[in-house]
Amino acid sequence: MMENNSRQALLRKIQEADFFALDLGLYLNTHPMCERALTLYKNTVREADELRHEFEEKYGPLTATRSSGKTPWQWSKNPWTWEKERS
Amino acid sequence: MWIYEKKLQFPVKIKNPDPKMAQVILSQYGGPDGELGASLRYLSQRFSMPNEITKATLNDIGTEELAHLEMIGTIVYQLTRNLSTEEIKASGFDKYFVDHNTGIYPASAAGVPWSAAYIQSKADVIADLTEDLAAEQKARATYDNILRLADDPDVIEPIKFLRAREIVHFQRFGEALRSVQDMSDKRCYSANMNK
Repeated sequence: MMENNSRQALLRKIQEADFFALDLGLYLNTHPMCERALTLYKNTVREADELRHEFEEKYGPLTATRSSGKTPWQWSKNPWTWEKERS
Repeated sequence: MWIYEKKLQFPVKIKNPDPKMAQVILSQYGGPDGELGASLRYLSQRFSMPNEITKATLNDIGTEELAHLEMIGTIVYQLTRNLSTEEIKASGFDKYFVDHNTGIYPASAAGVPWSAAYIQSKADVIADLTEDLAAEQKARATYDNILRLADDPDVIEPIKFLRAREIVHFQRFGEALRSVQDMSDKRCYSANMNK
């Protein structure tokens, strides 16, 4: 249960950082010269990358290519997004 | 191409099943102003966009709509777990259940299957972006209707998130439309006319 909670908390942090980056990306599409948005974008993407790395080390891959070298194949093992323990 | 990531854009964690609500929310999966139509509309229209701003905007918003489709499917899936036969009958979900059981099928709340007739792709940037602006407002209005009918915070939170995204997309499409109007002296509106 503890592990489940901390996994969800870490996933939530990734969702927040990714969402900020995505929204900034849409803004930059229509405001390509905005230095402030670009700085925020770069920092947020870096933060999301670090969080993603930490998550995948602890709880398994978020994308198939990040599945580790060991068998059984990790990608299909851990829960999917629509399953309650995941999102 | 796309790369799938095993996470939702916004968390969906619904504790209590509610088949009546599931049927209503399904309209944003495969209904006339739903997320399937939104994603296919923008991802199809993007091929004929005339400038950097409009191509990027349609590509990226079309992609985000696929993530919203996944959220709606997840909401409907979680709202229809562990239903008793009595609940299925009493809620009116029986009319969906007889054809699909609890499978996620792209249809409106009234059971009309999704149709490509809900969308257009005209290779005319003014026509397409004006449709896109209207589409975002129609989806926003649909989410308003869902929020009027919903009472479970587990449902309301992700629906509020999706509603807010419609407003942001409307803003970005408006900016994309202005970028085309700014270049209208130099080029024709229709991508086909430049070929």
